[in-house]
Amino acid sequence: MTLQSLTRDWEPMAYGFLDASAKREIRRKLLKAIAVPGCQIPYASREVPMARGWGTGGLQVSCTLVTPRTRIKVIDQGADDSVNAASIRSFLARVSGAPTTSDTLEADLIQSRHRIPEERLRADQVLVLQVPNPEPLRPVQPNMSIARQMHADADYGRMWLQLYEQIVRSGRVMQGAAYPSLVNGRHVMTPSPIPRWDVPKLHMAQHLTLLSAGREKRLHAVPPFTRVEPLVFDDVPYRVEDHRDLTCYRSGARGFFMNEIPQADGSSLHEISDSDLGVKVIRRSEGEAVRIGETWYAGEEMP
Amino acid sequence: MTVMDAPRLATTRPLLTAQGLSLRYGSVQALCDVSATVYPGEVLGIVGESGSGKSTFLRCLNLEETPDQGSYTLDLPDVSGNLFELDRFARRMLCATRIGIVYQNPHLGLLMKHSSSGNVAERLLVAGERRFAVLRDKARGALDASEFPLDRMDAPPIELSGGMQQRVQLAKAMALQPALLLLDEPTTGLDVSVQALVLDTLKRLQQEHNITMVIVSHDLGVIRTLADRVVVMRRGAVVEAGLVDQVFQDPQHAYTQQLVHAKL
Repeated sequence: MTLQSLTRDWEPMAYGFLDASAKREIRRKLLKAIAVPGCQIPYASREVPMARGWGTGGLQVSCTLVTPRTRIKVIDQGADDSVNAASIRSFLARVSGAPTTSDTLEADLIQSRHRIPEERLRADQVLVLQVPNPEPLRPVQPNMSIARQMHADADYGRMWLQLYEQIVRSGRVMQGAAYPSLVNGRHVMTPSPIPRWDVPKLHMAQHLTLLSAGREKRLHAVPPFTRVEPLVFDDVPYRVEDHRDLTCYRSGARGFFMNEIPQADGSSLHEISDSDLGVKVIRRSEGEAVRIGETWYAGEEMP
Repeated sequence: MTVMDAPRLATTRPLLTAQGLSLRYGSVQALCDVSATVYPGEVLGIVGESGSGKSTFLRCLNLEETPDQGSYTLDLPDVSGNLFELDRFARRMLCATRIGIVYQNPHLGLLMKHSSSGNVAERLLVAGERRFAVLRDKARGALDASEFPLDRMDAPPIELSGGMQQRVQLAKAMALQPALLLLDEPTTGLDVSVQALVLDTLKRLQQEHNITMVIVSHDLGVIRTLADRVVVMRRGAVVEAGLVDQVFQDPQHAYTQQLVHAKL
């Protein structure tokens, strides 16, 4: 027996790009985050071959969770084909050998920037969200040490001040994305910049959601079947965007979150934001047998 | 030095009792065995030169600072024991609901970029109010009581004049009807006419709500207008205490004599 036979062959990089100790650290921090839903857990946030602010937090979590059999889907603002999403997807596939997909129903691991897919996620799926700023208290308390104390004391009164200001100034809550939400009745989190439309999808969801901010070196989680309640005044109900009556000009789908496309004549067209769902609707209308999963707002009243 | 009590109030129990407060910042003795009692409905004035420790004393009363020695009690239904021994959370709740403070510098007491009514509403939010209409009503009421022009209630304090900023601070401090109102040089930096108007408002609020106040000022005129009793501080220690008229007419301590004569 030689020493050579006992050691592993030299490889240019570890499986899944991150080295074993980095992945172990993230796994431990993920377990901690899942144990205390909505609580921000600091982690080391290693270098990845991408600039901070482009999804490095989400990428590190994906690199940690990926296996050769994990089917990966990456979306950016709902689209599978944007440059950022395509680059991250090909990077993940290259460092892990994992298969990729754009179909929400087939995916095991979904890394997303700013959207949750319109098709309902299942218990066996994991959603990884890229978070630019994980601290919901930052707009009301610029001092991060005091903000952490406020989290510890569950002293969240000032979060409503933000909503008060918006109603006073504009007549309604203007918080379009990253709507602060109370997780499991204890921690207020910023659910990454997903639109208001997507926040109710996290409430008592079947899937695990992991939110990771690479630049800020914090991650938090929403475990399955956890309460996620957007902060509201008792007499001003929570409202999602008024997209229920908009029709996608390409697929004809209605009742989903839409992207607005301004036209030269001043009007605007709308296009379904979840591009994969749009493609499926078009293929079905052309006679293909496409499976479209149950969607979040199917047949029920939107808030 | 014994602190004299106002005779007409001597039968009631003091609302505020601070005993033997001492605090050192490195080599500087900021407070040296300072004691004070304030009875319900009474206004205690604290005068002294700059650096005499009067603002530090007020910060201790607002539980922003913990002295090295001394005890501080408030005679309120659900408050007991030395308040310096309370934990952070209990302190914050007590400060938010029972103690109001107006700082000399409005930047310390107000969120400058938020609306004025929002600043008042913040107090109510911290106390747990979650109904928008109620917040709005109460904020309007508090601003009105401190004679703030209501057509500017949604303007951020940074756009307001100094006198109006002090009125916002006052409305914020009074929003929850606190048991104790602390005023740290509330009219310093305002011109004489605005100063008179703010003092007028303070006096009216004091009379209407019979609120207990501690007011810190280096301006003897302000103390003479508002306070019932006065404590004179120098180099972190109390040098003289007594009724306002008595102290200002017949100062005993050399420093107080100097102070009164400098004014006259």
